[in-house]
Amino acid sequence: MERDDTKARIDTLIEPFNKKGVTIGKDTTFAGDLEWDSLTVMDFVAAIEDEFDIIISMNQQAEIETYGQLIDAVTKLRAA
Amino acid sequence: MSEGIDTPDKPAAPAVADEPGDLFSKFDPIIKQRRDLLDSGLEDPFGLVMERVLSPVTAVCNGRETILLGTYNYMGMTFDPDVIEAGKTALDNFGSGTTGSRVLNGTYVGHRDVEKALCEFYGMDHAMVFSTGYQANLGIISTIAGKGDYIVLDIDSHASIWDGCAMGNAEVVPFKHNDLEAMEKRLKRIPEGAGKLVVLEGVYSMLGDIAPLKDMVRIAKENGAMVLVDEAHSMGFIGPNGRGVAEDQGVLDDVDFIIGTFSKSVGTVGGFCVSNHPKFEIMRLVCRPYVFTASLPPSVVATAATSIRKLMHAGDKRAHLWDNSKRLHKGLTELGFTLGTSEPQSAIIAVIMPDLERGAAMWEALLKEGLYVNLARPPATPAGMTLLRCSLCAEHSEKQVGQILGMFEAAGKAVGII
Repeated sequence: MERDDTKARIDTLIEPFNKKGVTIGKDTTFAGDLEWDSLTVMDFVAAIEDEFDIIISMNQQAEIETYGQLIDAVTKLRAA
Repeated sequence: MSEGIDTPDKPAAPAVADEPGDLFSKFDPIIKQRRDLLDSGLEDPFGLVMERVLSPVTAVCNGRETILLGTYNYMGMTFDPDVIEAGKTALDNFGSGTTGSRVLNGTYVGHRDVEKALCEFYGMDHAMVFSTGYQANLGIISTIAGKGDYIVLDIDSHASIWDGCAMGNAEVVPFKHNDLEAMEKRLKRIPEGAGKLVVLEGVYSMLGDIAPLKDMVRIAKENGAMVLVDEAHSMGFIGPNGRGVAEDQGVLDDVDFIIGTFSKSVGTVGGFCVSNHPKFEIMRLVCRPYVFTASLPPSVVATAATSIRKLMHAGDKRAHLWDNSKRLHKGLTELGFTLGTSEPQSAIIAVIMPDLERGAAMWEALLKEGLYVNLARPPATPAGMTLLRCSLCAEHSEKQVGQILGMFEAAGKAVGII
């Protein structure tokens, strides 16, 4: 249930960043499908960090390529 | 951020190679972008050769006498007679190089002396000299922040800071440029008991803006973090004694580590870290970019020591450089250019160009007028901007600043930017 809540909140957070209107699924990639530059990534990460009061370090970000991986990682960080 | 030309300061994932086997395929997009720019008939902005250097502020470039407004020679020390003399004497007495590491055969009396000069300059207990400023950041950051520690740094940090983070094993947490609240929130989220290092710069070299160090250092200390400040672009110029932005804002005593360079105001090459940490000297044995490289040549450390000691008493030069910076900022604003800061904050004035094409055209027009500035472009710049970066020198005369403004006016009108 924790994961569902995380996903619902991130679904809302990503909307203003999805300027191309891409249909986002668990396999959507940030660099490839969404074509985000590093500044957009930083702003999006900051929005998630503030929403859940967590840190996603660059080391952790390097392991996150897809939307599904992001939700998994945030779910795990919230439980920690 | 820095003069990374075609490379972002913050490391980015390389492009995917098309032809399997050729390791150079990943550079194809950059090769194409560069070819397109040169095919448009412009002079190569990154292929400039200075045939003769006439003074700290003038050189012959591509056969033309040129005013230099894109060097980091802020205090004009490169042709100081005392500095030159010290270098020549050291060459005669100690030879052309040390051929060894600082911890083996590469520490001469001159290396100790330049470290002493740095302790005097900053009023600090310890100084450690590296072969470049890049290595100073690389070495100190990667060594002091280890596994399980957290580095909290400004997103617009210089490549040497990012590379220091990448070389170490700490968790790396960037925050929005100069954003106090973003920095504080991240510090507060770090797990209890973890070591924390906040990494800041005094002057950010792309836009020439300064950091609110007074508040940032206070917040870092309130949250139990150690603080490292890179003062590469402020040494010699900013602060009552030229110690940098931390001195100017009255927080130098609370900064744990100052990183600096000899390749800007000091006028030669090399890097350093100064600190009051009681255990600092152990860094000489555990910091790999310090240990596993040859030390600076004797002539370089001799010129650096002489220059640093002269910079301690350079109040008049500092005042003249501020006058130059204020005058250029005001003049360019009045001509209708858009600048990186609304007030002059350092010796760097960044002129924002509408796009890369017109930026490159403006750069070339200025060069033909006889003025060299730095062309900076994405990804080395924040927010994808193309910039013409002007760095002033204490040796630019009032007359030259007037000439510079005339050249900007002529080139700006020719290219259609103003």
